[in-house]
Amino acid sequence: MSTGDRRRDRVLSRLVQAAFLIAVLTLWHLATTKWGVSRLLLPNPARVYDELKDVLRSGEFVGDLRITLTEVAVAFVLSSVGGVALGFLLSRSPYLVRVFEPLLAAIYSVPIILFLPLYVLFFGLGPASKIALGATISFFPIVLNTIAGFSTVERVHVVAARSMGASDFQLFRWVLLPGALPVILAGLRMGFIVALLSILGSETIASLAGLGHRIVHLAEAMDTARMFAYIAFVVAIAASLNVIVTMLEVRGRR
Amino acid sequence: MMQRASDTNARGASGSSPGAALARAIVRHPGIARLGAIVVLLVVWEIAARAWVDPMFLSPPSRVVGSLDAVFHTPGVPAALRITFFELAIAFAISVGIGLAIGLAVGLSGFARTSFMPIILLLYGVPQITILPLFILYFGIGPASKIAFGVSHGIFPIIVIIVAGVQNIKPILLTSARSMGANRWQIFRWVIFPHMIPSFFAGLRLGMTGVLLGVLLAELYVSTAGIGYFTTLFTQNFDPTKLLGLISLLAAMAIVLNEIVRRLEVHFGRWRAE
Repeated sequence: MSTGDRRRDRVLSRLVQAAFLIAVLTLWHLATTKWGVSRLLLPNPARVYDELKDVLRSGEFVGDLRITLTEVAVAFVLSSVGGVALGFLLSRSPYLVRVFEPLLAAIYSVPIILFLPLYVLFFGLGPASKIALGATISFFPIVLNTIAGFSTVERVHVVAARSMGASDFQLFRWVLLPGALPVILAGLRMGFIVALLSILGSETIASLAGLGHRIVHLAEAMDTARMFAYIAFVVAIAASLNVIVTMLEVRGRR
Repeated sequence: MMQRASDTNARGASGSSPGAALARAIVRHPGIARLGAIVVLLVVWEIAARAWVDPMFLSPPSRVVGSLDAVFHTPGVPAALRITFFELAIAFAISVGIGLAIGLAVGLSGFARTSFMPIILLLYGVPQITILPLFILYFGIGPASKIAFGVSHGIFPIIVIIVAGVQNIKPILLTSARSMGANRWQIFRWVIFPHMIPSFFAGLRLGMTGVLLGVLLAELYVSTAGIGYFTTLFTQNFDPTKLLGLISLLAAMAIVLNEIVRRLEVHFGRWRAE
């Protein structure tokens, strides 16, 4: 395949993607205007756009956004501090890693969202139960990646640093940390995303405030157009947070 | 425990005390220490639940285990477990079927891959929990919405992994098969298919994780007869014993399902490692 062919293929792919997007929007529009799909089920795209503009202009989202982001931030700080600290302590001894790593991995494979009713029982319907659940769920990828990160550090580098007389702190600062950082950062990114998703999830299921709660509230009020607008808003927020943490991860790796 | 310690002592080095032998056995077998850690955790929980925590909120593990029978005999619980299992099975089957078809269709053609893969990754990246109310709106509060939501969580990892698996085939294998005169079907059957098997089972595992998450989220959100109904009921009645019993049953179900697909993955991925 020549480069000309490849360029033509890429242009064609973009065209297919654009056509796909336009087809979805057209079908959506036709379904609401021509085919009589109830607007309670599927609001007109133009109305959703108007509602979205209204939501953004009125600033009504600020309160819910602040609650959700605070929950995510607190949960992430708890789980990252706890996860990195415990991961580092365990990774100091290969024996402890062999004892605890399978245990942590086993718990990680259980869908922890199951325990949401318990968390609600313990911490109530407010932000505390969301923070606790988000912190629990995001703790596991972080601790497992921290353990994996510190165990990928080359043994030779540690021995070389030691034999050149590095102190414990110097060994940590100049050998262990740079070696482990890429894997730890990947874990932190995963942990952040998981914390965000589980907090949105628990707000959807049982809560008093927050973006997830707002969407459910609008769904129950059958205000579908505004619900679509909020869904678009939350998806945009989640996507931008995703981009930000990915950029931070790439920066931190250098 | 004492029996085992003295056994190790008899077999182990000469002239050391049973305590030292036990310590050596623990060092040699991390599994024993792991078991010990779990036991310590359960004992702490038991003591905490009996001594300090309000029995409205937490009950000791001994009572939870004892209550499993009562949970099973709560009217509707066996049916709810069956419904949830049924939802999981159907959602998983649909995810695998459609995911495999889309994954192959998109992965086997370079053009389809560059065109549709960005769209699929974009959809995969959407936090689907935000559209859960829509699923309820379209599919009702019965099992259909749980199955649909489970499929929406399970299908994307399967597609992505299948596409990646098809893509990873070394071009030289395809070229050589073609130059030896293999037709499309033969190439698929003898080159692509064997290479796909490990990624197929990896996809099954990730798909199972997704389906479990989706179905359980939808169950917890709203449910009339499934597990979600009873977790809500037990929570509202401040009955932590039954709640914990039910949750442990579900967790056990999730672990068993995960373990089955993980074993399959290890089993069918063997040939590549050798």
